[in-house]
Amino acid sequence: MSGVHMAATEAAVWTAVGVCEDIPAREGRVVHVGGAAIAVFNLGDRFLAVDDRCPHKGGPLSDGIVAGGAVVCPLHAWRINLESGDVERPCAAAPAVRTYTTKVEGGVVHVALTEPRR
Amino acid sequence: MTPRERLVVVGNGMAGIACVEQILKHAARFDITIFGDETHVNYNRIMLSSVLAGEKASDDIVLNGLDWYRRHGIQLRLGVRIVDVDPLGKTVTGADGSVTPYDRLLLATGSSAWMPPIEGIQKDGVFAWRTLDDTRALLERCGPGTRAVVIGGGLLGLEAARGLQVQGCDTTVVHLMSTLMERQLDADGGNYLCGKMEDLGIKVLLGRTTTAILGVDRVEGVALSDDTCLEADLVVVAAGIRPNVDLGRKAGLYVNRGIVVNDHMETSSPDIFAVGECVEHRGVCYGLVAPLFEQAKVLAATITGNKGPVYIGTVEASKLKIMGVDVFSAGDWSGQSAEPVRFEDRALGVYKKLTIRDGRLAGIILVGDTSDSHRYMDWLRSGEDLTPRRRHLLFPPPAADAGLDVAGMPDGATICGCVGVTKGQIIEAIHERGVNTLAQLKDETRASTSCGSCTRLCQDILKAVAPEFAEEGPRVMCGCLPFSQENLRDILRSQRLKSVQDVLDIYGNGLGCEVCKPALSYMLDMLWCGDHDEDRSARFINDRVHANIQKDGTFSVIPRIRGGVTSPDELRRIADVADKYQVPMVKITGSQRIDLLGVKKADLPGVWADLGMPSGQGYAKGLRMVKTCVGTEFCRFGTQDSTAAGIEMERRFENLFTPHKVKMATVGCPRNCAEATVKDVGLVGQEGGWQVVVGGAAGKSVRKADLLLTVETTEAALEASALFFQYYRENANYLERTYDFVERLGIDKIRKDTVYASAPVKAALLDRLNKSKARSYDAWQEGQAPVNRTQFSGISAPEQVVTE
Repeated sequence: MSGVHMAATEAAVWTAVGVCEDIPAREGRVVHVGGAAIAVFNLGDRFLAVDDRCPHKGGPLSDGIVAGGAVVCPLHAWRINLESGDVERPCAAAPAVRTYTTKVEGGVVHVALTEPRR
Repeated sequence: MTPRERLVVVGNGMAGIACVEQILKHAARFDITIFGDETHVNYNRIMLSSVLAGEKASDDIVLNGLDWYRRHGIQLRLGVRIVDVDPLGKTVTGADGSVTPYDRLLLATGSSAWMPPIEGIQKDGVFAWRTLDDTRALLERCGPGTRAVVIGGGLLGLEAARGLQVQGCDTTVVHLMSTLMERQLDADGGNYLCGKMEDLGIKVLLGRTTTAILGVDRVEGVALSDDTCLEADLVVVAAGIRPNVDLGRKAGLYVNRGIVVNDHMETSSPDIFAVGECVEHRGVCYGLVAPLFEQAKVLAATITGNKGPVYIGTVEASKLKIMGVDVFSAGDWSGQSAEPVRFEDRALGVYKKLTIRDGRLAGIILVGDTSDSHRYMDWLRSGEDLTPRRRHLLFPPPAADAGLDVAGMPDGATICGCVGVTKGQIIEAIHERGVNTLAQLKDETRASTSCGSCTRLCQDILKAVAPEFAEEGPRVMCGCLPFSQENLRDILRSQRLKSVQDVLDIYGNGLGCEVCKPALSYMLDMLWCGDHDEDRSARFINDRVHANIQKDGTFSVIPRIRGGVTSPDELRRIADVADKYQVPMVKITGSQRIDLLGVKKADLPGVWADLGMPSGQGYAKGLRMVKTCVGTEFCRFGTQDSTAAGIEMERRFENLFTPHKVKMATVGCPRNCAEATVKDVGLVGQEGGWQVVVGGAAGKSVRKADLLLTVETTEAALEASALFFQYYRENANYLERTYDFVERLGIDKIRKDTVYASAPVKAALLDRLNKSKARSYDAWQEGQAPVNRTQFSGISAPEQVVTE
């Protein structure tokens, strides 16, 4: 697996966060970088990264069950879209989760830290 | 802050409560008191026909339970009829002598059955049919062999007749006019309807009046205008309704046929309002439910000082609620200048007639097939020009798929005519409020809570729009996998499917979700006993890290303490672990175990290793514990060694997965100190043996366990438990507790399939259980041999790489 998943913005600082094999398919893992907890998910064909904090009660999204392109928080089953960070359930009006652009290079997952997509 | 005004509502029926519900949506300004002369909370009067027909119980038709009144701080006075109003002193007087002051008065007194002046109509056995009490009284009197006569062949009379006939009565309808439901149907429609009623076995006598009720004290028969007599044991009078205007008159209001109200729902007095069947608006008194809701919205605005919305009348639609006899009528179909468009098929018993005036729909009559009534009603309400549709008026081009009907409707289209809910509002509820089931939709919007005729449409919209639509009735797993669990178990078994992802790819949407994935994980494990492609990503986090996730993302650790019996050595180790890992809370659980709460995920392997005890599965859908009392070992009352039995029981069933958590208990005597009769499986010791009980609960619901079997030996008790345990594993739906499972199947069936089953069946059950047991292991061993490098940790970079 290689290549940039989303177009990186110019100011992106790519930070290596882990080895691809350390995240089993359709699971997430947390990584602590620069004081932030980021949940990185292996969707089989790509890696996606969001803040590891559910906007509802702060649940660890990295421990959730992956449902297609979304993750379901283990605490109260809020469903977060991993591409957009939007809350799909219970309501789209809830604040979105911050997402991070990712890329894979040499079997290592990188996230773009300074320039979030939203 | 201004003090609250006192609002007194006379009438606890659908109209009064619809108003109060609407008023509560505005800013609070009233202390509300409601008087009802019936002794029931607000119920769905339209559904009385279903109660009479035995399709529903009286509890099923309650619309607002007592908790609703309580929640809104409403004073409810039931069984008190208001007999007088003093509009100057602003008080109402009850039949009980009570005098209640008001600032605003709302009259929602409804209507009463009209009793025509027939000789003998006061005799015992003559009923009006208006209320739940009337219905109950009728139900008491009717039954197989009872001869019933219904006077009146309108909506109400026919529904009454059908209800009585379903209860076994020999039923005859006597109707004054030459066809049935002549106010709603033309002569042809009435004839079709008459044929259908007669097909059901109800006799119909047309063009006759009832001249006298015969009998000494009790009804014995009725005399008709053609000089014939009918024998009868009970008579229901359904000759029409009259608005209850008495209080309006006493209050000095302008009263015509009903209490006259204007478009703002105001009466002739500024402090008194009226709504529902007791009012007359623009010369019309309504007798159906839809106008109530429209009036209630306007009235609520006016009475709360938000005057503005106006009520301009309702396009009334009538629907006969007799199963198998579909009749729908709306608008004006009788006009002279109208052009009829008709279809009829005697063999099918279908008659449809639309009347068109100036290119627009004016009236609708449907008998035998009312499936298009919503489309026609929208044309009627909107008054749209139908000229371009003239070729397809009665038969639309066939719908290509189920979603089309729904897709063809504008957002403003009314779906629930009773409560006034549009397609747009339903879609909003689905998206904004997470509505996925019909029950949730009813809760959120009240749609489909009244007559229920829009249920299908509501369901179609849910199906088309809701992301996680869940059908009630045959329940499917979830949106990803549209099969019932029973169906899925068969599929997995017969197709020999062994991985969650395969099942999702072949039978589902390929994605899966938090509902289906853990369920499939369980089913595969149960069916293939470990001989399958295990997918940890399909498990809930608790079953990936073998600990119970807490609100702050830490975990709880409960070691196995079989039968609640521990040792000083174990207790020391637990204490040392709590110190070493700075465990924030150490708690004795309700299951005779010790819980270490607030353990970090990364510490789990260390905690387990230091404890040196197996997993208590306090996180899993599996056997949690066997709670025991001391039994014969120490207790002076004990009749069985419940402690030893419990420890052995725990050994046999631990480390296996189950559809939901399973709690067991053993007690040495019927004093039941370890509460075995409210556990999923319990052994109750008695002199000379054990009672094996199953399906008990003391959680969300409390249920006393059912007796499965009485046996003489501990081994026999454990075998009976094993049979039930494996039967539950194989046949319960995922997340179905034993208490729901036992209720769903019934203890008789469970006994037949387990303890009373033939020897080979029992042996096969035990064999499958043993096979699973042989493959099971203590999950905490994974602390030393994780299934992957990051099972209990996060990830980290191999080295810091920063590129611009």
